Amino acid sequence: MVNTSTYHARITVTLRKSILDPQGKAIHHALENLGLSSVEDVRLGKYIEMKIQTGSKEEAERVTREACSRLLANVVMEDFSFTVEKEQL
Amino acid sequence: MTAVKFGVVVFPGSNCDHDAYHILKHVMHQDARYLWHKDSSLEHVDVVILPGGFSYGDYLRCGAIARFSPIMKEVISFANSGGTVIGICNGFQVLCEAGLLPGVLLKNDNMNFVCEFVNLRVENPSTRFTAMCRQGEVLRIPIAHGDGNYYADAETLKQLETGGRVLFRYCEKDGSVTTAANPNGSINNIAGIMNEQGNVMGLMPHPERAADPEIGPTDGQKIFQSLMHCIVTDTHIHEFAAIERS
Repeated sequence: MVNTSTYHARITVTLRKSILDPQGKAIHHALENLGLSSVEDVRLGKYIEMKIQTGSKEEAERVTREACSRLLANVVMEDFSFTVEKEQL
Repeated sequence: MTAVKFGVVVFPGSNCDHDAYHILKHVMHQDARYLWHKDSSLEHVDVVILPGGFSYGDYLRCGAIARFSPIMKEVISFANSGGTVIGICNGFQVLCEAGLLPGVLLKNDNMNFVCEFVNLRVENPSTRFTAMCRQGEVLRIPIAHGDGNYYADAETLKQLETGGRVLFRYCEKDGSVTTAANPNGSINNIAGIMNEQGNVMGLMPHPERAADPEIGPTDGQKIFQSLMHCIVTDTHIHEFAAIERS
């Protein structure tokens, strides 16, 4: 029998620097209205969590990378980054 | 004239499928049928239409989930073997996500959902989608979208522009392409493009919403008429190229 563990992937998807982010701009404007004038720039992205049941951390990372590049992010306009951690029992 | 077989794909959340079906079936008198997203047959249609709407609630990104519907496997292989595919609005987004068209549709730069008639300049009448239009002709067709800001990297854009693959541009009434006439921030005012092989087109405006004389302007009919003409007479893209050169 193969031993598997639960891994938690935490993924961040952000618009590429070269892509205009109108939502980030609108949020920035609202923050300025709040009086938080020191906020220089705002970029809005997505945060995604996945639970992966598999045999190794390397395999969990491979699955996460494939999920990101094939579905979770559109690499024409977005970048992604992630961390993978084994669930502590 | 022989009827052309149109298949209108229905995703959960499509909402312009009935409009497209109505125009093709009852106004243009063609053979139109719905293709359910879970089906795996295109039923030998001549043209596949991916309609407007909010497939899968636009979850994750517009068109990102629809792209994995069972029917899309068939649509992709149909397109890759030269079949004619049109993506309207959300359908355009699905085609970009599926990799059948380059680039992506970003959120409108003004953050508004824009629903209005726009003027579109025909940039290339030598395609199966525009054969019944004149070069530079201005069509009046409505848009209705929040994510129609077309973007592609510089290299892709160059290929689109030099290859005659930009089919429609947002313009003024007189055909001049201005920033003021751009409703969403699209790069180079692009409203519609086709693939390199000339058999797949995506456009943000809704030709099916400007095609029934009972309710308004009918400029949108020209796109469907172009397809009907080219399919019935079996005119292919290389023949258009030959016509242009001679």
